Order: sequence, then structure tokens, then C-alpha cells
Amino acid sequence: MKGMSLIVKKVAQLIAGLIFLYGIYIMVHGHLTPGGGFAGGALIAGSYILAILAYGSDTIKLKKEETGTSLTESISIFIALMLAVAGFFIGTKVFFNNYLPSGKIGELISAGVIPLYNIFIGIEVAAALITIFLALIIYKEEIEE
Amino acid sequence: MELTLSILLGFMIIGALFAIHAKDLLSAVIAAGIVGYSLVICFLLLKAPDLAIVQIVVETITLIIMVAVVLDSTREELKVKVDRQQIINISLALIFIVLLAFFFVQATGKLNPFGEHTLRMANAYVGETASKTGSTNLVTGVLFDFRGYDTLGEATILFTAAIGVLSILRIKGRK
Amino acid sequence: MIVYILCFILFLVGLYGLITRRNLIKIVISLSIMEFSIFILLVLIGYIDGGIAPIIPENVTNPTYVDPLPQAMVLTAIVIGLATTAMLMAIAIRLYRKYRTFDIRDIKNLKG
Repeated sequence: MKGMSLIVKKVAQLIAGLIFLYGIYIMVHGHLTPGGGFAGGALIAGSYILAILAYGSDTIKLKKEETGTSLTESISIFIALMLAVAGFFIGTKVFFNNYLPSGKIGELISAGVIPLYNIFIGIEVAAALITIFLALIIYKEEIEE
Repeated sequence: MELTLSILLGFMIIGALFAIHAKDLLSAVIAAGIVGYSLVICFLLLKAPDLAIVQIVVETITLIIMVAVVLDSTREELKVKVDRQQIINISLALIFIVLLAFFFVQATGKLNPFGEHTLRMANAYVGETASKTGSTNLVTGVLFDFRGYDTLGEATILFTAAIGVLSILRIKGRK
Repeated sequence: MIVYILCFILFLVGLYGLITRRNLIKIVISLSIMEFSIFILLVLIGYIDGGIAPIIPENVTNPTYVDPLPQAMVLTAIVIGLATTAMLMAIAIRLYRKYRTFDIRDIKNLKG
């Protein structure tokens, strides 16, 4: 697909990185401030979509990208499931057990496994949304050929 | 508070009516965007910042996908002829609406008035989230600890949707 | 009580569109309008007058929070709504390529 004009490219270059950083902030601080895995993941996907829409790319590169995102998605949901299954072996032996120490309330490293779930669910959401978007773009390109 | 929400909901209803009756599909999609973005303001007024952040991003991505699909195919709405099938459909819709309105009147009699929720169920969550999980954000605490199964199912649905979109839209097989 | 009634009217508008429209895109839009009305209704039920957002503040003792449970449920439902919308859009564009129309009455080969 073709990119957009120079002004759009420059603004996207300035803003996409900031959106990406904001997504990571929302994701990591999910247990302290509003937000969490879903919001952060959707923001990261938004920054990727902005960059792709502004700059454009050819089909072969997009296909490589799509392989990467679907692989990331599968691996991160597998890790989230394994974090839940690990509760069977530690402590009170319950699925979705919070087995790490909860720490001091209000600090960044606290709340046991909740930050880990936030991060991996966030990566999964981001990768899934980018995969859907890339599938639509590649379909459009293949039709036009 | 209730007045502000009523005005916003009125805007949402007007936007929804326009989205359903628009002649141009692109303006219908954008009118559906009015409903979604008004929902963000409603969430902020109702003290739900988590939902507001998620909804504003999700609505943007939905609009991008919808506009891409509409621009790729056609923008024109179908010519609606009023024939027998259409009359049957409209009368069926009106019957459904009257029936559901009857059940709604029955159900709202049992609800608390707006703003006087009694927190029977949520007292356990509100009181124990901080001490049991150590999470300051109660919504995240409920989502990933007390109700982890829901979150797992939700992530699975998103994964399934991505795989479904890939398998629907693929023309050439991957070698 | 008036806000509940307005929510329900929004739901009925979506239902009306779902039954009477024949365009696939319009049907998807009606479905998402119905979803929005359910989200706002669930959050309205959990609201408490004078409550604060469900995030524990630093210096306030025994504050009143709004109910966090409906918010967690709606958070899940929003992302599921995005997934279903994307999937329906993929099906719609694929059907358009095959039949060259969005009219559900002309898509007849699906009949058994």
C-alpha cells in the first residue's frame, strides 16, 4: 500500500513513539493507576497501525510482519496460561492462584502475579489487533494484483 | 448528573437513528462513531476511567477497520423498496419492541433508583482486594485475581477472532 | 429512572435496525449499538452517588467506591465486541467479493 504525504509522515514519526511509550506505561502501571493490559495493548496496536497507515509498505514485508505478530500472539497467550497453571504447583494449589508475595501496597513491584498477567495479556491484545489489521491490508493488496 | 447523562444518551439515540437511516455507508459508520465516543464521556462521568481509556482506543480501531472495509467495497446504501417482506419485517420489529418494553417495565420495578446501589455483592471485593492481592486498582484486582477465568476466556476469544480473520481473508495458501 | 429508560430506547433502536435493514454493514452497526447500550446500562447500575473511582487513594480513610464488579465485566465485554466486529467485517468483505453486493437477500447460495 502507498504511504501518505510528507506532513502526515513527519507527524506520525513524532507521535507514534510517544503513543507506544504511553501504552507501555499504562500496561506496567495497570495495578496502580487506571488502565491495565487491555488498554495498554490496544494503545500499542494503535501506534503500529498509525505508522503502517502513514508510511505504507509492500506486501512481502507485511506478510513477514504478520507471521511475527501471530507468533507473538500465540506465545504470549501460552505464557499467560502457564502462569495460571503454575498455581497448581505452588502454595494452596488452586488454578489462578496468586503465589508471588504481594509486597507493599502502592509500589511498582507489588501485587504478586497481577503485573505479569497485565504485561502478557497486553502483548497478546496488541499482537491480535495488529494481526487483524494486517490481514485486512494484505487481502486488499492481493485483490488489486 | 442525571440530567447530563440524559442529554448525552439523547445524543447517542439521535446518532444511532442517523446511523441506521443514512443513505451513505461512510456517514453511517461515522455516525456509529458518535455513539461510541459519547460512551467514553458517559464512562468518565460515571467514575470509570479504566473503561474510558479502553473504549476510546477500541472505538478508534473499530472505526479504522470499518472505514477500510467501506472504502474498499461500496459506499452506496441499497435501494429499499417497500414490499411485502419489508412490511412484515417492520411489523415484526414493532412487536418485538412492544414485548421487550413490557418485560423492561416489569424488570425496572425491582431495580434500585439511579445512584443508590446497595453493594451487596461488591462489598467482599471492595473490602478485600487491597489486602488479598495488593493491587491499588480495584478493577484490575477483580479482573486478574477473583475473576481470572473471565479474563482467560476473553483472551482466548480474541485469539480465536484473529485466527478466524486470518483464515477467512487468506486467498493464496502459505507455502 | 429516566436514564435506564433512555438506555433501553437505545437498545430498541439497535434492535429495530437489526431486524429491518438488509445491508450487512448496517447490521453490524446495529449490533454494536446494542452492545453500547448494554455497557452503559451495566455501568449505570453500579454507580453510587458521591462515590469515587475504584482506585484506592492515599490519604482518605473509608471512602465510598463505585461498584468495581460491573466495570470489570464491561471491560471484558468491550474487547470481545471489538473481536466480533472485526470478524463480522472480514466475513462481510469476503461476501462482497463473491456476490458484489451487501444485500443479504441476494446472498442465496448459503441456503441449505
